[in-house]
Amino acid sequence: MMSALFKPMKKMIGKGALVAMVSGAVLMASQSTGVFAAGGGFPLETPRIDTSNKKSLQRGAKAYVNYCMGCHTADYHRYSRLASDLGLDEDDVVNNLIFTTDKAGEISKVGSLMASTMTTDYGRQAFGVVPPNLALTARSRGEDWIYTYLKSFYRDDSRGGVGVNNLVYPGAAMPHVLWEQQGWQEPVYEGEGDEKHFVEFKQVTEGTMTPEQYDGLITDITAFLSYLADPIKQTRHRIGMFVMFFLLVLTGIAYLLKKEYWKDVV
Amino acid sequence: MSKENTGGGLMGWIDARLPVTAALEKHVTKYYAPKNFNFWYYFGALSLMVLIIQIVTGIFLTMNYKPDGDLAFKSVEYIMRDVNFGWLIRYMHSTGASLFFVVVYLHMFRALLYGSYKKPRELLWIFGMLIYVCLMAEAFMGYLLPWGQMSYWGAQVIISLFGAIPFGIGDAVTLWLKGDYIVSDATLNRFFALHVIAVPLVLIGLVVAHILALHEVGSNNPDGIEIKANKAADGIPKDGIPFHPYYTVKDLFGACVFFLVFFAIVFFAPEMGGYFLEHANFVPADPLKTPEHIAPVWYFTPFYAILRAVPDKLMGVMAMGAAILVLFFLPWIDRNPVRSIRYRSLAYKVLLFSFAIAFIVLGYYGMQAPTPTGTFISRLCALIYFGFFIGLFFISKAEKNKPLPERLT
Repeated sequence: MMSALFKPMKKMIGKGALVAMVSGAVLMASQSTGVFAAGGGFPLETPRIDTSNKKSLQRGAKAYVNYCMGCHTADYHRYSRLASDLGLDEDDVVNNLIFTTDKAGEISKVGSLMASTMTTDYGRQAFGVVPPNLALTARSRGEDWIYTYLKSFYRDDSRGGVGVNNLVYPGAAMPHVLWEQQGWQEPVYEGEGDEKHFVEFKQVTEGTMTPEQYDGLITDITAFLSYLADPIKQTRHRIGMFVMFFLLVLTGIAYLLKKEYWKDVV
Repeated sequence: MSKENTGGGLMGWIDARLPVTAALEKHVTKYYAPKNFNFWYYFGALSLMVLIIQIVTGIFLTMNYKPDGDLAFKSVEYIMRDVNFGWLIRYMHSTGASLFFVVVYLHMFRALLYGSYKKPRELLWIFGMLIYVCLMAEAFMGYLLPWGQMSYWGAQVIISLFGAIPFGIGDAVTLWLKGDYIVSDATLNRFFALHVIAVPLVLIGLVVAHILALHEVGSNNPDGIEIKANKAADGIPKDGIPFHPYYTVKDLFGACVFFLVFFAIVFFAPEMGGYFLEHANFVPADPLKTPEHIAPVWYFTPFYAILRAVPDKLMGVMAMGAAILVLFFLPWIDRNPVRSIRYRSLAYKVLLFSFAIAFIVLGYYGMQAPTPTGTFISRLCALIYFGFFIGLFFISKAEKNKPLPERLT
């Protein structure tokens, strides 16, 4: 009786259903990238990141080389690649985005890797840990994590050194680099003991930016880091569409060919 | 060996010296396969195709990859960013690795459905199992090469399993495997050598043996009866059709569908949501920082779940080993002469489907961080996994089979 069940099932798992099943799985997998690495259980915000928006990426790149790259290297990627991907002239990149120097102390060439000038020894002395390479952080921790992390710094005088803590990554060694833009905030908690939980951040001092402007800034930085982690993504999707189209046609032809050959098999 | 083909011309000249035409006839144009192959019969040819994809993309990756603890991670990013179409080659290789296991698992399940491991195909099955074991070694060592956190700690965990062997043998074995006291540059170098030379050579040899053994005994089919039992006057099985062109065109279609799936992943979801490329593997290996949760890649997780289901480490390792080893003995565990599930008892169907479900559930829990519920379900499924073989051994002797057809249906 189960083999009776099995026969129609076998028909059902034919071509169309299989393609639908698998493309469903691919779609699910491609959209589930936000759920990993929920940093310590702190709820992550989901910014609207658009890595095809070159203006946003350019602003993000500018912020990255100004605020992040002093400590955080990205030495898998080249300035020249950045220029072509973000729609910039190499001269513009040389004049506006390169602040690093090479081993000889000269300003980095446009074809060189985006290596921070800070040495690992100095990084370890200053922060206790070497500031990580951020080129792949959007793939290891995710966009949501980066965005929420940049929003969740607060003053914590109990911590020596930086005097700052972060709710997404408690005990982070990083100071709040964007404090001038964001101003200072402090977390508001409710309840006591085990019931104690975070409610919201309260603005303590004003920053040079409004909260909306600050959100825009860190959205751009997140978008840039997302680009930096997967620079080929736009091209990959574009080529992928052609490949899919070609394969669909080829599959159709192969199916007809098979049918033609098999029509005399009884 | 047919003499009429050793005629004149270039082919005749070659055939007199090397039996090219005869070999082609034996294995392709006059290899008679049953005409009733269904969906499940695509995966043999597809595994061969994925093997070729892996070898070709692997060769190109090797041209730019550096097997060095200080350079490996960066050289992968170099491939991803600076090598022309390096990203495509790398994603094809990483996706190919996972899909290799998909097609091989389906191929193996096919053998269970239609009893393809039974007499006279025992050796064919054993070669297949050896290929599977080689494939696991190949995948495991390949996964170390990107030198990410999960590469590193996954290797650390798996190698440390050998440390469970008592009498000091375990420690000696782990030291010998790693070439160092921890997973290090020395480990990376030897894994690279094994991954690109040693295991592929063995793998190719085994695949050749697998196909030769298949062509010696002939293909099984969904009805599980021998087509050679019914031959026409010319000696050709009545229900057989030549592999070429019938199955070459059919497999061409299968290959197209496979490529649709394969390239959808390569181009649109190469990480497959963290299942094919784990998120933690985008962080360079750091011997001083253990990741929060170490999980092997999905294709190992059923066995990893069995390992974790057993409270004792040595017993766990033995259970995991046994889970693979027991498959080798399947031709002798299953004592029912009827091959196909179509003509077997309800008991067998129930056993086989519980086995398949248990395998999938184990795979799921092997990926998760351990929880009491997860451990309980893993234990249950591990029992079902082994229960399949025990149950099969007993029921297969006295099963109520349905009558077999004379010819293919």
